[in-house]
Amino acid sequence: MRTSKVTAKPPKTKATGNGVPDITLELRLYVAGQTPKSLIALRNLKKICEEHLQGRYRLHVIDLVKTPQLAQDDQILAIPTLVRNLPQPLRKIIGDLSDTQRVLVGLDIRPQTK
Amino acid sequence: MARASKRRNTAAASRAFPQLKKAPSGIAGFDEITAGGLPAGRPTIVCGGPGCGKTMFAMEFLIRGATEFGEPGVLMTFEETGDEMARNVESLGFNLQSLVDKKKLFLDYVRIEPSEIQETGEYDLEGLFVRLQHAVESVGAKRVVLDTVEAIFSGFANAGMLRAEIRRLFRWLKDRGLTTVITAERGEGALTRYGLEEYVSDCVVSLDHRVNDQISTRRMRIVKYRGSSHGTDEYPFLIDKKGFSVLPLSSIRLQHKVSKDRICSGIKDLDTMLEGRGFFEGSSILVSGTSGSGNSTLAAHFANETCRSGKRALYIAFEESAAQVTSNMRSVGINLDQYIKKGLLQFRAWRPTQHGLETHLLRIHDLVDEFDPQVVIVDPITNLVSTNLNEVHAMLMRLLDFLKDRQITAMFTTLTANRGAEEQTEVGISSLTDTWILLRDLELNGERNRCLYVLKSRGMAHSNQIREFVLSRSGVRLLPAYVGSGTVYTGSARLAQEAREKAEALREQQQLEEKRKEFSTRRNVLESQIAALRSELSSGETEFARLTRQRPERQRRVALDREEMGKLRGIAPADQVVNS
Repeated sequence: MRTSKVTAKPPKTKATGNGVPDITLELRLYVAGQTPKSLIALRNLKKICEEHLQGRYRLHVIDLVKTPQLAQDDQILAIPTLVRNLPQPLRKIIGDLSDTQRVLVGLDIRPQTK
Repeated sequence: MARASKRRNTAAASRAFPQLKKAPSGIAGFDEITAGGLPAGRPTIVCGGPGCGKTMFAMEFLIRGATEFGEPGVLMTFEETGDEMARNVESLGFNLQSLVDKKKLFLDYVRIEPSEIQETGEYDLEGLFVRLQHAVESVGAKRVVLDTVEAIFSGFANAGMLRAEIRRLFRWLKDRGLTTVITAERGEGALTRYGLEEYVSDCVVSLDHRVNDQISTRRMRIVKYRGSSHGTDEYPFLIDKKGFSVLPLSSIRLQHKVSKDRICSGIKDLDTMLEGRGFFEGSSILVSGTSGSGNSTLAAHFANETCRSGKRALYIAFEESAAQVTSNMRSVGINLDQYIKKGLLQFRAWRPTQHGLETHLLRIHDLVDEFDPQVVIVDPITNLVSTNLNEVHAMLMRLLDFLKDRQITAMFTTLTANRGAEEQTEVGISSLTDTWILLRDLELNGERNRCLYVLKSRGMAHSNQIREFVLSRSGVRLLPAYVGSGTVYTGSARLAQEAREKAEALREQQQLEEKRKEFSTRRNVLESQIAALRSELSSGETEFARLTRQRPERQRRVALDREEMGKLRGIAPADQVVNS
């Protein structure tokens, strides 16, 4: 999911026109096993990213069942939680990400189509 | 062990009603009122207002578990970070970090920051479970503390989901057999703000912090404890440098050991009144009297005697400072300073109003624990009464229980307000004590004299006499009061009586002397007469002897003369001889 489409020249993409930040977003999605909510969240997130970020993001899916220590380290309580590590400040979005508008607000991205 | 044997004894009964397993909290007094501690493997809610000591309770439960009962614990805090928590309990002498290093404790601070969280659809608190699971597994925890789990209500909007999750959480803890303490804020008209008690049905402990007459008291009540008997009273508790302590109002047991050994009162005459051997060791002595009747002096004598015999005494003064007492006592010939220096006597002076009753009690507990004295003197307890008689009664009962349990001889002094009500004012207390010494003032002949009598002394044939109690530079003397013609003479009346007696004796003495003199003169006279007669007799004898001696000479002379004469006349001497 890694991409290097970040360029200073925007003409080809619509992104700049829509105010999408020019930097790569570092996202982490914390799940606990293959629960329905987690799967829904991941599906929703992928969709949003593709529609609005055009690959200018990095996404790690972290399964806390496998690495429980990270729950404490990253202060995760609710599942699923999406964390925007970069750019600062850190933001947390919890839930199955079914409300796209709120996800975008949470990630501080203006919706592309309105 | 005791519990185990009890279970064996009532095997049949326990099959019908299995005994609830309990996890000792290690909190002083709490295990006593709950008959063993918190329900093992179940959650307990500890609720109360801010600053009432919930967190301290939970922390001590956890730390004692890890250090004393070999049960590692998990601390999950929602309000304070691990560092803050460590610092909080450091003041109680607990070192959290070392427990964490030894893998006896797992700290997890759950930070909830609503401002950085955006909710976008359905979620649950699986993260909390993952963390808890991880924590429990990494130290093999048996105990869990969730310090104000309700903080999650401020972090998440979906209250329905939260309630479901909390229910699931408690279930989860129970399923894993974790003895859990959950702290919760008190709510308006309810035990907890978010009604957590609905989910925990095993044990609910309520803590309270109230101020009466400017003195704050902390109280604890066990609201419910399913499947176990428990004290239902409100128990005062304290948080001090040694942690959390609950003070049971009255010891459930009344099984003090009884000593047959005696301990001297320090006043010989008083010992005489008590079968000549003093008080029983481990008994309690009440000394009551009006102000200035010598209560403290009596107490000081006792302290002095105790230290002199090499025992330790703890003297708690509620009215005077230590220096004041020692200097006052020097005036009656008691030097307490030397024992303070030797470490046999500990003086503690503080104001009765300085703390609530519980704090007083606990301070005494602590001092006794530290110093381990054989004698404790409280002088006077009366000032405590100013607050509330019932409470004082309860407190003194607890104090007495505690001291008796440790076989410590206790002496309390009380000041009685005025004559008349003397035997009633401290009825509540006096019935608890074993020996009651009453000091009384008698106003007579324009002076005030102190009297002492032993009103009661359990288990011994004590004197029933009223003695005069005299303070002098060399200490206390109990003078046998002059008893005559149905009255007791004290003070100058006694002196007058004694003077009268002395005069009487003197007069008799003088009379005798006179008689003796008279007789001796007569004897002299007679003796001289005898002497005169004797000399007369002897002179007679001498005369007679002289005469007797002279007689043959004279006869010889007569014979010679006659012979001469015969020669002259020419007559033969023979004729003469024949004729004569």
